[in-house]
Amino acid sequence: MSTDSIASGGIAARIAGFVRRPEAGTLAGLIIVYVVFAVLGGGLFIGAPGWSSFLNMAAEVGIIALPVGLLMIAGELDISVGAVLPAASLTVAIISGHYDLPVYYGVAAALAVGLMVGAINGFLVTRTTIPSLIITIGTMFGTMGLTLGFTVMIAGSTGVFMTPDDISRALLGQFVGGMFRVTIFWWVAFVVGTFYLLHISRWGNWVFALGGDRESARNAGIPTRRLTIGLYMYSGFAAAFVGVSQVITFQSAQVAAGQSFIFNSIMCVVIGGVLLTGGAGTVFGIVFGTLTFAIVNQGIFFSGIDPNFGSIIIGTLLLAAVLSNDSFRQMALSYASKKS
Amino acid sequence: MINIRVLLHSPAAASILSLIGTLVFYVVFGGVELGQLVGAASWLNFAANLGIVAIPVGLLMIAGELDISIGAMIPAGAMATAIISGYYELPIIFGILGALSIGVIVGFINGMLAIRTTVPSLIITLGTLVVMQGVVLSASKLLTGEASVALLAPDWAKFLFGQLIGASHQVIIIWWVAITVVLAFVVHLTRFGNWIFAMGGDRESARNTGIPVDRMTIYLFILSATSASFVGVCQAILFNSAQVSGGMNIIFNVIVSVVVGGVLLTGGFGSVIGIFMGTLTFAIVNQGIYFTQIDRNWSSLIVGVMLLLAVLMNESFRKMALNYVGLKRTKTKAVENE
Amino acid sequence: MSDNKAVIELRNIDKSFGHIDVLQNVSLKVNAGEVLCLLGDNGAGKSTLIKTMSGAYRPTRGEILMDGVATHFERPRDAQSAGIATVHQFGGTFPLMSIGRSFFAGVEPTKQWGPFHIFDRKKANEIAVKAVQDFGITRINDGDRLVGGLSGGERQSMAIARAVHFGARVLILDEPTAALGVKQAAHVLRIVNQAKRRGLAVVFITHQVMHAMAVGDHFAVLIRGGIAADFRKGEKTREEISDLMAGGESMSDLESQIEGEA
Repeated sequence: MSTDSIASGGIAARIAGFVRRPEAGTLAGLIIVYVVFAVLGGGLFIGAPGWSSFLNMAAEVGIIALPVGLLMIAGELDISVGAVLPAASLTVAIISGHYDLPVYYGVAAALAVGLMVGAINGFLVTRTTIPSLIITIGTMFGTMGLTLGFTVMIAGSTGVFMTPDDISRALLGQFVGGMFRVTIFWWVAFVVGTFYLLHISRWGNWVFALGGDRESARNAGIPTRRLTIGLYMYSGFAAAFVGVSQVITFQSAQVAAGQSFIFNSIMCVVIGGVLLTGGAGTVFGIVFGTLTFAIVNQGIFFSGIDPNFGSIIIGTLLLAAVLSNDSFRQMALSYASKKS
Repeated sequence: MINIRVLLHSPAAASILSLIGTLVFYVVFGGVELGQLVGAASWLNFAANLGIVAIPVGLLMIAGELDISIGAMIPAGAMATAIISGYYELPIIFGILGALSIGVIVGFINGMLAIRTTVPSLIITLGTLVVMQGVVLSASKLLTGEASVALLAPDWAKFLFGQLIGASHQVIIIWWVAITVVLAFVVHLTRFGNWIFAMGGDRESARNTGIPVDRMTIYLFILSATSASFVGVCQAILFNSAQVSGGMNIIFNVIVSVVVGGVLLTGGFGSVIGIFMGTLTFAIVNQGIYFTQIDRNWSSLIVGVMLLLAVLMNESFRKMALNYVGLKRTKTKAVENE
Repeated sequence: MSDNKAVIELRNIDKSFGHIDVLQNVSLKVNAGEVLCLLGDNGAGKSTLIKTMSGAYRPTRGEILMDGVATHFERPRDAQSAGIATVHQFGGTFPLMSIGRSFFAGVEPTKQWGPFHIFDRKKANEIAVKAVQDFGITRINDGDRLVGGLSGGERQSMAIARAVHFGARVLILDEPTAALGVKQAAHVLRIVNQAKRRGLAVVFITHQVMHAMAVGDHFAVLIRGGIAADFRKGEKTREEISDLMAGGESMSDLESQIEGEA
């Protein structure tokens, strides 16, 4: 965005400047999608039942999508989130349910598990030349194996129950107004924190640099190793957090849960304008992408469209979003190179 | 004629070691009776179903692309066969052709989107994966009202695609070996194979030498989607039914097999024999655990560790191959590759 | 070596992208057996000029003549068929392939095996190794070795040998020595001389004056899309050439400006 256009045009130029940012396309898509489902779904969708249903979904996948998005901007992938989530749920369930220790022991242990898996991911990614897709598939299998092995060994089954105490239920597991999961507020907190990280603090610039060109970033003095490990620990923490919030809300944990988050989080991030190749993306883009995903996912149930068509619509939407992001980006680039 | 050094530097070299390592691990720590394990149906069946998909996906990876839509193409093939020939009771040949056609169509779409847009193939095939999941579910529910469709294939179809040899080994194993031999021949002995490596090595340079990069990309995507569909056909005929499946595990199983087999994720390097070995290794880890005294719940953990060790070994072998200097010459400066 | 008709000639070439004029009125001639050094700072339009010559871009105005005849390239393949080969700074060789396969990528030799045509590995290796050794790279004697194991200079040399082998008449070298150390660069320059002696017309693009002066018969300086100077060997000194490339200001003026800031 050239300074010329903003200085010499006032409001119109400001809006024109915004339109060329990548989030603009995602926001436009979000609004269109909401309007479509509002029309189809009527009063229920526009009211609390609609909002709570997609916000609940958005919050869960959104918390994971944020660090997954950061990692993608930095040029990496994390597949292991799908296994960290149930690992965390089961840690809480086993420690606080099976062994009956105070809930906060279980929660602390679960979050520690997330951080640990993240640290291992980060360590392996930075110390070997193996691509992160492969490493995180490996840690996914490893974590799945450990989770299944320990759960069956300790609890004798693949699902464990627990009963949260009042404080943890209020903080992590309640339904505000009977419909809105408290996780939504935690999501907002994660959004604020991630926004600060990526767009305000200097670390954010480091993340973009890492995704642009790792070598150049390192040469510029950026501690690329520590940054990568930190990002993976964040994603492990986020996945663990969602796992914790799930088990406290629903009071049971399953070994097989969480797989859907792998591709769902990638979808939210990509719809939100983050480039798979790294170096570009915004937190608001990720948030808009998450909301779009959740609205389509849930809106179908309110719309009278056969829910069996749900996946078809989501998949088509993903492709449409990604293709149009592509076009927006070409537009933005071509504007920048016009002769003054 | 066989050059030992060429063999050692081939992408498949490390994968053979992975296979041996896994066997040794199971024998030493798991108390496996090798005699029992070799030729056992359980892991061979598993390997064949995985392997037929793994090779085309591996070829795409060598060419610089990814295809995860195969996860939905297997149930799509099965469901198409079952609906056409089971529910609608058309002759089985229509079911089989219908299923394979769906593979061709989806592969074509994947390929076109890959060459016409700058969207990475991981994202494109994620989109088609989700769409096809929905298509399978919708077709099943809306056309038949059920999530599972029955199919009774005539004897000749059963013989070719769905029989159990010796009451235990699925005939798809033979298909797997045959497909492996054919693809190994094409990839390593013909010009087309060289083109695949060139595309993965440097797409633009490959294009400049006259290689029809776009056409090859579409063919490869069609090959992978259709192979997955074919596996679905065989499964439907064998089990007399098709279901709307839930598990996307096959995607990661395929990637592990391919990568353990020495294929480089970034493209340009790999071998069909290596993928074959990688598939065997994965199948043995996954299913062979039942022959050991190790609790089968730990099998995923072993997969994870095996994957990382195998890939590290592949990396070392590849670096060795790159830095190799003739024995008679004095050592010269090795090249920095990263 | 000779005053033949130019193998390739550019007449009044303009190239614009939308409103941006990248090349303005560029005219160049390269004769067989001669090296034209195209000098220019970054952003002068060198890569656009190469792409126009090699058929990747079509000129907005002006003509390209091969052997005195106006030709029109629709796509890079046309230029290649006409004998124009481009060797880029990175790429053009496939690091993870063997020398034999990389050399023949796209045009692999085949032999009959029953009803099939299979890749003739032995022949490919033999020819590739011989072509490369003819150019003076004696270290390579095994066509199965991976290209990635060669040094940067050897890879450049292999790419040049390949272009010559496949009958190139015009060789466009895009900054071949930019990423190389002194010894390797010298190696590549020797090979450029070899190509020249074999009668090719060589266009050598660089911003390193020393290298240009080592091989060039004819020099052109490109500044902001236009030819600022066109002279033969011996007509200008190294300093004069450097000054030209820096846009007219002399190096000593630039140096005193820099020191003034300190």
